[in-house]
Amino acid sequence: MRKSLFLGLATAAIFSTTAQAGTLEDVKKAGFVKCGVSTSLAGFSAADDKGNWKGLDVDVCRGVAAAVLGDATKVKFSPLTAKERFTALQSGEIDILSRNTTWTLTRDASLGLNFAGVNYYDGQGFMVSKKLGIDSTLKLDGAAICIQAGTTTELNLSDYFKANNMKYKAITFDTNDQTIEGFKSGRCDVLTTDQSGLYSLRLKLEDPNSAVVLPEIISKEPLGPVVRQGDDVWFNIVKWTLNAMINAEEMGVTSKNVDEMKKSKDPAIGRLMGGQGEKLKLDDNWSFNIIKQVGNYGESFEANVGAGSPLKIERGVNALWNKGGIMYAPPIR
Amino acid sequence: MFVTDKILPELPAPQNTKGIVHWLKVNLFSGPVNTILTLFGLFLLYKIVPPAVQWVITDATWVAETRDTCRGEGKGACWAYIINRFDQVMYGFYPADERWRPNVAGIFLVLLAIPLFIEKTPKKAWLAGFILVIYPIIAYFLIRGGSFGLVPVDTNKWGGLMLTLIISFAGIVTALPLGVILALGRRSTMPIVKSFSIIFIEFWRGVPLITVLFMASVMLPLFLPEGTDFDKLARAMIGITLFQAAYIAEVVRGGLQAIPKGQYEAASAMGLSYWKSMALVILPQALTLVIPGLVNTFIALFKDTTLVLIIGLFDVLAVVEKVLSADAAWLGFHTEGLVFSAFVFWIFCFAMSRYSMSLERKLDTGHKR
Repeated sequence: MRKSLFLGLATAAIFSTTAQAGTLEDVKKAGFVKCGVSTSLAGFSAADDKGNWKGLDVDVCRGVAAAVLGDATKVKFSPLTAKERFTALQSGEIDILSRNTTWTLTRDASLGLNFAGVNYYDGQGFMVSKKLGIDSTLKLDGAAICIQAGTTTELNLSDYFKANNMKYKAITFDTNDQTIEGFKSGRCDVLTTDQSGLYSLRLKLEDPNSAVVLPEIISKEPLGPVVRQGDDVWFNIVKWTLNAMINAEEMGVTSKNVDEMKKSKDPAIGRLMGGQGEKLKLDDNWSFNIIKQVGNYGESFEANVGAGSPLKIERGVNALWNKGGIMYAPPIR
Repeated sequence: MFVTDKILPELPAPQNTKGIVHWLKVNLFSGPVNTILTLFGLFLLYKIVPPAVQWVITDATWVAETRDTCRGEGKGACWAYIINRFDQVMYGFYPADERWRPNVAGIFLVLLAIPLFIEKTPKKAWLAGFILVIYPIIAYFLIRGGSFGLVPVDTNKWGGLMLTLIISFAGIVTALPLGVILALGRRSTMPIVKSFSIIFIEFWRGVPLITVLFMASVMLPLFLPEGTDFDKLARAMIGITLFQAAYIAEVVRGGLQAIPKGQYEAASAMGLSYWKSMALVILPQALTLVIPGLVNTFIALFKDTTLVLIIGLFDVLAVVEKVLSADAAWLGFHTEGLVFSAFVFWIFCFAMSRYSMSLERKLDTGHKR
């Protein structure tokens, strides 16, 4: 078997074909969407005991599968580590990368990738022990802070405290799991990392209610799905899948009421429900399938990371723009 | 004067040279330094063992529906965390309905291997050959499916202990022959064969396994045409095999060098060709000599399989460390996962080590006097 593999490698290298742009055709032909997710991140992409992937990031891929193939289960998940994620996308091993990837200029401009939107606005936050009675980061002057070493978190922290003229004592650890051990044992009063991570770390405490996550966020980490550059048809599909989910929440269309809403007289809902598929090279039921099978953005959020999940992350900045957050999708028309 | 023509009955040993007190005195309290060390050791044991036993066994929670059952004052390890998803720890994402297939493959291997341990089995070499050459092919078709009416199960669904064992078995089975050939090549007088072997061995020994895996998973796809789906597991296995083959080659070369020149000359004098003299005279002696070194390499290989986590494959450690710990309903049982995987690895490594010891005894390679 090895011999044939090597031969295969050699032939592949010689008869290297030019890149094909038609991800949509490939996906339709294969009958499934190849989706790169995190190897495991509670609430965002995690496998349940049946081996089914679930989470906020997973739902984006399921949405695309529902839009393109009409079946949200037609997804092949590839768990990827942070280091291999971009190569996997560039080499065509996956069609979408939905793996809590921060949208930055460098990544967008120099890696041959396109960010199709933001499905979670993350940022660095703080968790303090409840008995300290602190309700704002500005009252943290002089605190001992548990932090993961060698991350941007460390730099953000230093910048923030300097800007606000406060002092702190950093207690660094190698991994997040060690950081929470440090917090548990009382070596520090405060723990800082990305806010989405804070909530799952908090659950690792003996009594999760003994700690509170402060409302302030001191850095910008917009996370979103990524596709290969140069395939605009596919780019549009992923972008508008996400937009459809957000718009559906805004219009109050959920997986429960989507059937009735289809008959709605409201023209905006009518446009969401049909008539736009052709422009995306999809059939007219694309958005209906997404909402019916995956749900709108709010439903996905609540079920995976919000109140309906053990993580209980507040909507915060991820609330819709008309509800105090910044989640905003261009109109479907 | 006392004279006797009978042998006097044996007297019991003096009181102070036998019994438990004497043993204690000689072995544990033979001087002030040793006494202090003994007391210190006992103190450490007292400090470590009872709490450990308490945590692992007496205070542990074995059955729990939710995380809260495991939490609370005086609760020890939460084994329910692992037991609840034990199937996943064993098989990864392998579909539940098809799990009989790896089971059959495993049982088949055990059944095949048992006669190897029985002294009187005839034609052991053929049986071993079957296990090493034919069996992997059968097992591959059984587990991978896609033919003979079996549902195909992609390798990205393989995981857990099953994956660990598959990678190690395949690694050992392919790396050993490759290593032997490289070792022979390195001692060859043919310049091209010799330099190729040296370059190969030195290259693969010189790079860390992590680098090899990263290259296989991150760099290789960039050289392949877009859309080529070259199985990730195959990539990792080839990497691990080539890497370990280089190590095995050096171990085997050590054995080859320990064989006296007379053996080579005697084999030639018998009129044996190069391959025959190697297969019948030299290698049987050389390989038995290096059993400890080989088993060392195999154990290292077995443990190295955990590194496949970094390329997104879920071996037993990765399932426990990553998949189970990402279940939002069961957060915070990191320690249990690590202790469990340590135990699993210890069982397999210890078994391999015992087997090698029994093999050495049987082949009497230690030249005990």
